[in-house]
Amino acid sequence: MWSVDRVSGVTLVLLALGVSWEARKLPVGTLYNPGPGYMPTLLAIILGALGIVIVVLGGDSVAFRSLDWGEGKHALAILGTCAFAALALERIGYRLTTLVILVVLLGVVERKRPLLVGILSLALSLGSYYVFHNLLRVQLPRGPWDF
Amino acid sequence: MDAFLDSVRVIFQPMNILLNIAGMFFGILFGAIPGLTATVAISLLIPFTFGLPPVPSLILLLSIYAGGMYGGSITAITIRTPGAPANAVAVLDGYELALKGKAGTAISISCIAGAIGGLFSVGVMIFLSPLLSRVALTFSPVEYFMLAVFGLSAIFAISGTSLLRGMMAGALGLIVASVGMDEILPIPRLTMGLKVLEGGIPFLPAVIGLFALSEVFRLIEKGESRTEITAKITQILPRWKEFTGTLKETCRGSVIGTAIGILPGAGGTIAAFLAYSESKRASKHPETFGTGDLNGVASPEAANNAVTGGAMIPMMTLGIPGDAVTAVLMSALIVQGLQPGPFLFRDHLDVVYPIFSAMVLSNLIMVVMGLALLPLTSYLAYVGKDLLVPMVATFGILGSFAMSGSMYYVAVALCFGVLGYLLERYGFPVAPVCLALILGPIAENSLRQSMIMAEGDVTIFVTRPISLFLLALSVASTAILVNRRKRGVLIAEG
Repeated sequence: MWSVDRVSGVTLVLLALGVSWEARKLPVGTLYNPGPGYMPTLLAIILGALGIVIVVLGGDSVAFRSLDWGEGKHALAILGTCAFAALALERIGYRLTTLVILVVLLGVVERKRPLLVGILSLALSLGSYYVFHNLLRVQLPRGPWDF
Repeated sequence: MDAFLDSVRVIFQPMNILLNIAGMFFGILFGAIPGLTATVAISLLIPFTFGLPPVPSLILLLSIYAGGMYGGSITAITIRTPGAPANAVAVLDGYELALKGKAGTAISISCIAGAIGGLFSVGVMIFLSPLLSRVALTFSPVEYFMLAVFGLSAIFAISGTSLLRGMMAGALGLIVASVGMDEILPIPRLTMGLKVLEGGIPFLPAVIGLFALSEVFRLIEKGESRTEITAKITQILPRWKEFTGTLKETCRGSVIGTAIGILPGAGGTIAAFLAYSESKRASKHPETFGTGDLNGVASPEAANNAVTGGAMIPMMTLGIPGDAVTAVLMSALIVQGLQPGPFLFRDHLDVVYPIFSAMVLSNLIMVVMGLALLPLTSYLAYVGKDLLVPMVATFGILGSFAMSGSMYYVAVALCFGVLGYLLERYGFPVAPVCLALILGPIAENSLRQSMIMAEGDVTIFVTRPISLFLLALSVASTAILVNRRKRGVLIAEG
């Protein structure tokens, strides 16, 4: 049976192998004259070794299956909305992006009342743009129709 | 003495007091908004100070600096979202205090400790700057490496209940810190062929991700309740006993912050982590750190505010900025036709002394405004989970974008949000990752430069007195901690 510790240990060992693989092209040098690959390789060895220790000692920890992922969809919805924001900001501009993600997060994900969603989303998207862009001169992207 | 008295008269002119108050307000506001820091605020406002004479413009910018250092602790304590990296460590105990309904006390202690730290560092700046700056000037990569080692030894103190997991988190942070173009040989490292990674992983969006966005995911976990969000803040001023109980650690933080601040490149984040670590190491009850100990707020907040005075010393006396903010402040001096360095003290005492006096006044104004604005700023803590989650997610993302105008920063914040959440979910502390991200490049580059300098002779680290002293300090503090663990004193989550 896979325990939480064993899963995390194996994940970190795999990460250490990935780092070693990526660092293989770099000149490692020596202790007396370390090269660009010296530190990443050394750290990958340390991470891998500690990961193995956790895998070996972690058999008694909580079962991985017992972890509750009941709110996983909720988390994914928020992560997806954030990813949308990252992709949309430069295309449709700050105000529209903020408006859309606030409507989605407040209205669809958190199921707040429509009136509250509308007021908050409009006020925050337009208000924050005014403060950041107009008052504080932070360069924020504009979308279609210069909005 | 006459010049000093003149400077007091200058800073008490009505316009200069007004600028000091305005700067403090903006500093606190910017510090409190995740992703916006004092550096950003000062950078944005510098163009508006061109028309002002040198002293008023510097008064405005210096008060933003002080206010920004404090402001970041407000959201760190109330919603576990540090406004600036230097306030990240205030999350550890401040947020726990907020969960216990003591957010007001934690923020006011942060404000008062910050002011004491700031005043102490300004005192040091005024009276000891020539001596201290001479010491800092003698630092070579050898001493910087040992300073980084000393800083990294703090990981042992902030590793939570498992030293092994803390070390792994630290190693992970160091690996992430090594991504990007090598600083000595122009070779991209661990970039997987992606051009965008050649500039390395930016620290601030990583911190927003690790602390703020990961909190979004934690908040929505089934069954998790956040009592602090709806709890009323019933007490703003700390009780006298609470205040006096934090004085010793405030003083410790002030000394550490001033000393770290004077070292170019070190900065408030390292100072705060070191101060926290040292307070925890020195405490008779280290197990209370991380569970809502006021000393865990006072020490790092005093330290990060004390950095303000310390960082000004090499900038003003040597023309070497101590951190990003002083680099921006240095450019403000140059714009005003003043060249920071020894000649500034010889030729422009009419500017130097008002700067000293303005920094004293800023810290006093910070206490008044910080406490007066607390009822307003603490409203952040009343926001319900269903409102808080969208707000933190939205402004974490937008803040990451606003600081750089780059989608790369947004992507970094998102990735670190997921990473931070998964690390905590699997029992790994996040703080060592944060510390390693800052110290990794300093440690690696100074090690390699030291080896080149010493032609591969590793004894250079023990033959230079300051380096040897820092090494001894690292070994001693680590030994003390390991000894405590052996005695069964587990250190609470860092």
